[in-house]
Amino acid sequence: MSTATADLAGGHAADGHGAHGHSADGHGADPHGHAHHPFHAHHFDSLEQQFDSGKLGTWLFLVTEILFFSGLFVAYVIYRTTHPEIFEWGHVHLNKYLGAINTAVLIFSSLTMAWAVRAAQLGQKKLLVTMLWITFACAGAFLVVKYFEYSHKFHLGLLPAGMFNPVMAEPVAGHDATGHGDAHAAGGHATGHAADSHDVIHGPPPPPGAGIFFSIYYAMTGLHAIHILGGMALIAWLAVRASKGHFGPTYFGPVDYVGLYWHLVDLIWIYLFPLLYLIH
Amino acid sequence: MSIAEPPKAGVDEGHDATHGGHEGAHAHREPGFLGKYVFSTDHKVIAVQFLFTTLLMLLVGGALALAVRWQLAYPWSSLPIVGKALFGAEGGQMSPEFYTMLFTMHATVMIFLVVIPILAGAFGNFLIPLQIGADDMAFPKLNMLSYWFMWPAIVCFIGSFHVAGGAAAAGWTAYPPLSAQVQAAPGSGAGQTLWLLGVTFVGVSSMMGSVNYMTTIINMRAPGMTLFRMPLTIWGMFITAILQAFALPVLTAAGIMLLMDRMVGTTFFTPGNLIINNAEPTKGTGQVLLWQHLFWFYSHPAVYIMLLPAMGMVSDILACFARKPVFGYRPMIYSMTAIAGLGFIVWGHHMFASGMNPYIGMAFMVSTIMIALPSGVKVFNWLATIWGGTIQFTTPMLNSIAFVSMFIIGGLSGIFMAAVPVDVYIHDTYFIVAHFHYVLFGATLFGVYGAIHFWFPKMFGRMMSETWGKIHFAITFLAFNATFFPMHLLGVGGMPRRLADPYHYPYLSHLIPMNQVITWAAIVMGAAQVILIANFVLSIFFGKKVGRNPWNANGLEWMTPSPPGHGNFDVPAVAYRGPYEYGNPATPGERDYWPQFEKS
Repeated sequence: MSTATADLAGGHAADGHGAHGHSADGHGADPHGHAHHPFHAHHFDSLEQQFDSGKLGTWLFLVTEILFFSGLFVAYVIYRTTHPEIFEWGHVHLNKYLGAINTAVLIFSSLTMAWAVRAAQLGQKKLLVTMLWITFACAGAFLVVKYFEYSHKFHLGLLPAGMFNPVMAEPVAGHDATGHGDAHAAGGHATGHAADSHDVIHGPPPPPGAGIFFSIYYAMTGLHAIHILGGMALIAWLAVRASKGHFGPTYFGPVDYVGLYWHLVDLIWIYLFPLLYLIH
Repeated sequence: MSIAEPPKAGVDEGHDATHGGHEGAHAHREPGFLGKYVFSTDHKVIAVQFLFTTLLMLLVGGALALAVRWQLAYPWSSLPIVGKALFGAEGGQMSPEFYTMLFTMHATVMIFLVVIPILAGAFGNFLIPLQIGADDMAFPKLNMLSYWFMWPAIVCFIGSFHVAGGAAAAGWTAYPPLSAQVQAAPGSGAGQTLWLLGVTFVGVSSMMGSVNYMTTIINMRAPGMTLFRMPLTIWGMFITAILQAFALPVLTAAGIMLLMDRMVGTTFFTPGNLIINNAEPTKGTGQVLLWQHLFWFYSHPAVYIMLLPAMGMVSDILACFARKPVFGYRPMIYSMTAIAGLGFIVWGHHMFASGMNPYIGMAFMVSTIMIALPSGVKVFNWLATIWGGTIQFTTPMLNSIAFVSMFIIGGLSGIFMAAVPVDVYIHDTYFIVAHFHYVLFGATLFGVYGAIHFWFPKMFGRMMSETWGKIHFAITFLAFNATFFPMHLLGVGGMPRRLADPYHYPYLSHLIPMNQVITWAAIVMGAAQVILIANFVLSIFFGKKVGRNPWNANGLEWMTPSPPGHGNFDVPAVAYRGPYEYGNPATPGERDYWPQFEKS
């Protein structure tokens, strides 16, 4: 872009699009010698346009995420309305205390994430890095809790419908006896009934087709957990960049965008928790 | 020069200025061949990559269609040319399950690897920054990723022919339980899993593309390029991007659920106690119809994703060669918006025969028929645009006129199947096949052919041959109608889709001669595409070189060098007026066009 043309464009700066930022055009000049920010991508007229585009793109991406989960929520609604008894039976076997702890962890991590955005905007590098790593740690804690929840349910045979094979406390009439035995063998128990009350399921027997509850449970929380993992990767990337001092009052877009994403992941959990754990 | 410029750069006088202007800013990165032409982030290079890839896939999809046609014309006879190599043991005769794989993959390739990516990927990528006066897309790296996510999908789809059991054979709609139970049919094994993975990959590709297009159109417009000065191509792309972003994630979710059904037995879409092929009864409480709802919630808007960009491009081309403004520019935009809006609430019309509450069916029927209104507005506006114009019958114009006329036929037959009482009879017959080929091929693909000839000079700096373009058009147009018009009659005659041997039923055996005519017309049509490919490839190297504005058109893209350098505009783009100032008596000079970029 020649200087002359940049001046011409400058005449339209009032439109917010005019001034092409990369007006310096010395051949072989130091790429960072001229007046634009090192993270200003050249096809944007200004850093503001770059930030606005990134933010708009992030919001649009979040809409696609909401629609992605909405497909699963629709499935949830269909199964719950056609078989309410399955959901009434199934939710009892989710640990609502662990779910509540995870909810608190995620809400807290949203706070630290928002704090990180604030720190980036104010150029408080040390606080920014700290907040990002705390958010990262919360995400990790969430997944650890989820791991214990999942493995306990695997152990009890509370699996997706095709493999659903609950280990009941007492033999249940009509229940698949061979499958019962297999599940115990897999769980490391030599004979029929386990002594440890944590290793068996108490209460009424599952209604027919109860596995669909665990299908939707694993699908929704599993896809949510994958989003947590993605968020952890992004937050770690931000933390590394933040340690290098990349972010400050003029350039904090990526922190803001990941923050938005993180709040959405948090929000989806806030819907998942009552819909799966707290229903009656 | 940073990342890339299109192949065959440097033919235009203005190119050096662009070149010089950007060298300073980018001198620290000097990419090699790979960075320039393969892993490029320049929207024009990515557009050309999409264009080459989709044209290649067009030939693949066409070959699959011809094999389908051969079986319908000469059932169980030896497949010419490739039969002996593929089915040597059977004397070159295809199996019924291979036939089902053929039509499944024909539709899959044509929809996911040709029509959607050639519109949004190739022309959306090329035209959006150029027509709105931006240096590039808002997210160039995302743009590159959206192209490269096509390739895993291509590998999945093509590779699925080589796995045990063969490619997916449940139709492109992949209805469970055929697609959910591994033992259901030969193609329900690994081929179906690969199919679902492939659809997920193209879904991610489309999602990245659509977020990019929306952001670019909203945020990257040149000074003066207000929303209502945007060419209708951009409006078409914009509305399409909205449809893609808001409908496609639902299919992705459904696809992942179906994958889970197949991999871990979640039984989302499989009812309990279903016995297929003597396997164990299924467990679970799944809902077969849920797949159909989630699938069509995306795939009905998808038919507009496959149409609206072509509507926009055709509007540009018709105005340019009628030398008249588009009639009713704003109604064109509102009608596209209405089509897209209604497109979200009509998916149930694909499921009239699947079973639904009659009152809901009526709601779907009425909303579907309402789409005829905005479609009619568009058709009359196109006709009014060329009415009384100084028409230049160039290749792009001929293809665009074909678009309008074929869209009328395809649109009218659509109203038949929108009506529940009629649809119950013609559902799943060749009437449907005729309808959607009239819209997808007759409308969209002719629009794409027009767009290829129209914007080729901007892409490569050279013209395509007009003579060969017209020969290609004439043969394709005649053969197209000879292929697909009789399919209406087959459908009304009761011939179902997706049967390897319909003549197994005596009431259909008299349809063999008509099927043979159709097949030979299809073979002529397929052969005619060789003309297009040859014209396309040879013109890249030997076409007549052109200046910036060979068609005397008005859009901002015509102010750039042909082909444009990296960063597109050698002087800043400013839009001073709307995109269709053709034949305006106030135009300075003895001209019938007044480009958007001219100050006065």
